[in-house]
Amino acid sequence: MKYVRLLIVTVVLMSFGLNAYGEKIIVEGSTTVLPIAQKAAEVFMKNNPKANISVRGGGSGVGIASLIDGNCDIADSSRPIKPSELEKAIARGKDIKAHVIAMDGIAVIVHPNNKIKGLTKKQIKDIYTGKISNWSQVGGDNQKIVVVSRDSASGTFEAFGELVLDKEKVRPDAIMQASNQAVVSVVAKTNGAIGYVGLGYIEPSVKALEINGVMPSKEAVLTEKYPVARPLFMYTNGTPQGLVKEFIDFIKSAQGQRLVDEDGFVALK
Amino acid sequence: MKFPMKGFKEKLYINIFSILAFSSLFFLGGIVFVLFKEGLPIFKKVNFFEFVSGRFWYPTYDPPEFGILPLLLASFQVTLGAMFVCVPLGIGSALYLNEIASFKQRKIMKSLVEILAMIPSIIYGFFGIAILVPFLQNLLNLPTGLCAFSASLVLGIMATPTACSIAEDALSYVPRSFKEASFALGANRWQTLVKVVIPAAGSGISSAVILGMSRIVGETMVVLMLAGGAAVIPKSFFEPVRPITAAIAAEMGEVALGSDHYHALFAIAIILFFITFVFNVIAESISRKYRLKLGLAQ
Repeated sequence: MKYVRLLIVTVVLMSFGLNAYGEKIIVEGSTTVLPIAQKAAEVFMKNNPKANISVRGGGSGVGIASLIDGNCDIADSSRPIKPSELEKAIARGKDIKAHVIAMDGIAVIVHPNNKIKGLTKKQIKDIYTGKISNWSQVGGDNQKIVVVSRDSASGTFEAFGELVLDKEKVRPDAIMQASNQAVVSVVAKTNGAIGYVGLGYIEPSVKALEINGVMPSKEAVLTEKYPVARPLFMYTNGTPQGLVKEFIDFIKSAQGQRLVDEDGFVALK
Repeated sequence: MKFPMKGFKEKLYINIFSILAFSSLFFLGGIVFVLFKEGLPIFKKVNFFEFVSGRFWYPTYDPPEFGILPLLLASFQVTLGAMFVCVPLGIGSALYLNEIASFKQRKIMKSLVEILAMIPSIIYGFFGIAILVPFLQNLLNLPTGLCAFSASLVLGIMATPTACSIAEDALSYVPRSFKEASFALGANRWQTLVKVVIPAAGSGISSAVILGMSRIVGETMVVLMLAGGAAVIPKSFFEPVRPITAAIAAEMGEVALGSDHYHALFAIAIILFFITFVFNVIAESISRKYRLKLGLAQ
């Protein structure tokens, strides 16, 4: 009996000890930011074995709602917080702070033989929604446009849908590819194809188009001249402290931004 | 128990092996349970009929549309196309192996066919993407070579060894006496083949075809890589389509856990599960009947 009691006491003490030992934070939200947050958390935890960071997807709205309810410490978001969400946060006595951690830029690509140099955002929208279906309608050769899109669950698809298509539906007969890489390889092999990929995936085998007269590049994204780009956010409750601050500082650091770059996003520096 | 128990060790072994044997039942039960648990909630949002007959698959828009008719028809189309490739090839090569090839030839060819069956499907997919798709695109001057035709062709080639191997087994089960009796009546080789051997092995061959079909319906990698993935109701073999397995594979990775879209993908999986289940049951019952007919049942 004595031993059993001793055992229980030891276990309880040990679990207290574990709690005090590692601080735990939860990061939740946008699936676009998810790969950055995940990779950053892995590297961060490797460098700081005591830290415990759990990263979840769910979508920007889910993350922000969770932050307001106090269920997570950092909310990932691929859009600015909405006024309605901000009001709810204030009503709950939360002080939401925004941190831009990276930029997301999307390039529109065509086959290198295509003589088109650039399109307007409106033209791209019409091509993707099916109003324009031949390159001759936008000043190119008389050739059917083969529309290549990302799968509807992907973050790039979501961003493209918001930034270019104004949430209108992509024509149903568009070719859907499961990765940025697959879009590049289909466009590189198909004469009449048009596709879109994250800025980091542009290759010599395809031609990136000017949009509204601006060539996609990191500078153009960072100076906000390029129209198909958006900032990616992490939101916190109040000024970050402790592990939350360390983690966000890490993502903004040179090492963290290198991870951003590796994932095909635009690093801030 | 057929053998006497000698002690603890024996009992232990028996228990270990029966647990192993029942584990597949356990896994099957688990899979079915999870499929239904995760798939059924979508039918609170869309009724089953709308789900199956809806013409538009826009799962991530607001409001979403969950119509899987284009996906089902695409699976059907690609399977049908693949059957046109795999049935003549598979059955033809089985007939050759069984009836014409010499013993040595048969031994070598059969192991070659089995090697073909071992090649992972992603390699077939690579072959399709790197060689077949650009080739078709140039040959037929298509806007894109990623279409139902490419997927059907590669799937057909892929399912050929399965069909060939099972059909060959069925042919080899036909008792020698049947053939000898036919020859004795003065029938030539062709007549014997068409009038005696094929009818006798008929149900075995049908089950080979159905098992080949069930492999094709469930195949994912090839259709994901080659079919193009456009969720439209198929109109021609030379346009991109999106079979159900490709839709699940492409979308499952990035879908928000617990969302309607997530449940819808599981619901699609339930339907796929039933399709292949029915195929396998049919194949099994046909081949059992056939064994009974030939007096081979045990």
